[in-house]
Order: sequence, then structure tokens, then C-alpha cells
Amino acid sequence: MTGKQRKLVRITACAALLGCVLPTAGAMHIMEGFLPPAMCVLWGVAALPFLLAGYFSLQRAVVRDRRSVTLIAMAGAFIFVISSLKIPSVTGSCSHMTGTGLGAILFGPSAVSILGVIVLLFQAILLAHGGLTTLGANTFSMAVAGPFVSFGIYKLCQKLRVNKMVSVFLAAALGDLLTYCVTSLQLAVAYPSVVGGVSGSAVEFLGVFAPTQLPLAILEGVLTVAVMIMLESYARPELCAVGFEEG
Amino acid sequence: MTRKNKSLLIVLLLLCVVLVAGPVFALRGAEFGGSDDAGSIKVAEITGEDYEPWFTPVFEQLLGGELPGELESLLFCVQTGIGVGVIAFFLGRFVERKKQETARGQEKEK
Repeated sequence: MTGKQRKLVRITACAALLGCVLPTAGAMHIMEGFLPPAMCVLWGVAALPFLLAGYFSLQRAVVRDRRSVTLIAMAGAFIFVISSLKIPSVTGSCSHMTGTGLGAILFGPSAVSILGVIVLLFQAILLAHGGLTTLGANTFSMAVAGPFVSFGIYKLCQKLRVNKMVSVFLAAALGDLLTYCVTSLQLAVAYPSVVGGVSGSAVEFLGVFAPTQLPLAILEGVLTVAVMIMLESYARPELCAVGFEEG
Repeated sequence: MTRKNKSLLIVLLLLCVVLVAGPVFALRGAEFGGSDDAGSIKVAEITGEDYEPWFTPVFEQLLGGELPGELESLLFCVQTGIGVGVIAFFLGRFVERKKQETARGQEKEK
């Protein structure tokens, strides 16, 4: 990142911090018009610095080695596929996975935020899934919070010398799960329950999302590992190009 | 791909099928609605009234109503298709490249 770029990211980050005593809330696919306008703006501002940092980080990766483009495209495509599949879960309702773990592990969390926001836009505009007004909140949970957790867990596992595929599994699965926890919190902040306040309604929303999402998180972990095995077998030069493997 | 990885991959894919198919057979007659909808029902429960979204999706405004279900599934398929297309294209290239590399390596040894 050049000095100018860094400054830009910092300024937006400050704006994000100023704009809020940041309530810890964000939601995966909160539907169009379901958050009060002020909160839509708030989440949008909160997500903005990450998007900017992501843009610069993608730019840097491509400049460093053009071969990164293929892997970036594949990670984006992975999110496209994974988040378009509605999977039945043990609670008798359907949900879908996020697919952001793979990209976060490969390129770092901020780069994925760009890929995630593309998918969210596609779904918000064409599918009435999520929404333009709630884009900020959805971006924050799916394209910022989830990837950051995935990335953190992967790095932690590496430090602890956990088997690589196990780390990939844990990172993807927990990142997916956390996305929905953040969504629950975002909804809870917008709709505090009369009895229990924000925490009361957070528990309620978590009760809806978490059990549904748990099997899907496992599924996402498994799929991410499968893709990773393929990449390790056939795309070693590209993995080295993005700095995932020592070459 | 090593033999070990190959069998691991097969096991993983089978596991996916089990994870997806399991609930469908275990919970016969369940509705399998979207959990996003379950979320909005919960909102109604907590606030005690039906929440009126203050903004409707742009696409629905243009259409003057909801997108028909079949068309929605079409668009979801388009999304999946784009993703699968990109992944398959690059993966195919990678696999072929690896094959040629090994073939070239063997030739040199001769």
C-alpha cells in the first residue's frame, strides 16, 4: 500500500469510528428495508474502510504477480457458487453458506471483502435477496467479519502447528458461523426486545440462525478443504504467486 | 494428485451429500423455508407487529411486484453457473498443465 492509499484507508476508518460508538451489530442477509435508515448508513460507513483496503490489497497482489488473477477469480467464483445454493438444514428451514473462507485464507481478509460485495450486489439487485439499503450491514457481516475471523483462525492454527487441512476446515466453518452470529447481533441492535433489550433479542435471533447454520458451516468447511486439495495438487505455482505456499 | 488425497476428496464429497440429504430424509414434511424469512418472522414477534419494510427492492419496483418463483430460480442458477464455469475453466487448465509438465519431465529422463 502506498502512503496515499494508506491515508485514504485511515481516513475512512476514522470516519467509521466517529460515526458510531460502534454497536457490535451486522447481519448476513438482512432483507431490503428491514433496518432503520440510520443503521444502514452506519454499517455502510463501517464497511467502507475494509472495502478500500481490500481494493488496494487486490491491486497489490495483481501487480506483484499477474498469476494471482486466476486464483482471485476462482475464489470469487467459489463465493458465487456457494452462496447461491440454498441448503436444507436440521431445523427444517433452508439457509446458505458464505464461501468467503477460501479467499480469506488465500489472500487475506480485506481482499475478500471486494469479492463478497460483488456477490451481495448481484443478489440484492437481481434476486431481492439481501438488499441495497441493507448492503452495508450485509457487507459488514459476510464480507468483513466472517473473512477476518477465518483468516485469524487460520493464522492461529498455523502458529499452533495444526494440520493444514484441519486449519482450513476450522477457518472456513467458523467464519461462516460467525457471519450469522454477526447478523443476529445486527438485527438485535435494530430490534431490541421489549423484555430483554438488545441481548434478549440477540439470543432470540441466534436461536433462529445458529442451529440452522451449524451443519452448513460444517459443509462449507468440507467444501473449502476439497477445493484446497485440488488447488494444492494442480495450482502450486499460483499458490506461490499469492504467497500462500513457499515456492 | 496423490492417491491419499484422491480418496480423501471422495470421502469429503460423500460427506457433503450426506450432510445435505440427511435433513431432507430425517425431517419429512418440513417446509424448508428460508432462514432469512424466519428472521423477519422473529422481528415481527419481538416488535409485536408486522414490520413494514421502508424500502422495496429496486427490481420489484420496476416489475411492480415480486419476481416469479421460476424466474428467481433461473437467476440463482445463473449465479451458480457463472461460478462453476469460472472454477471449471481454470481448474481444467491447471490439470492439463500439470499433465503436460509431467509428460515433459518424463521425456527428459529418457
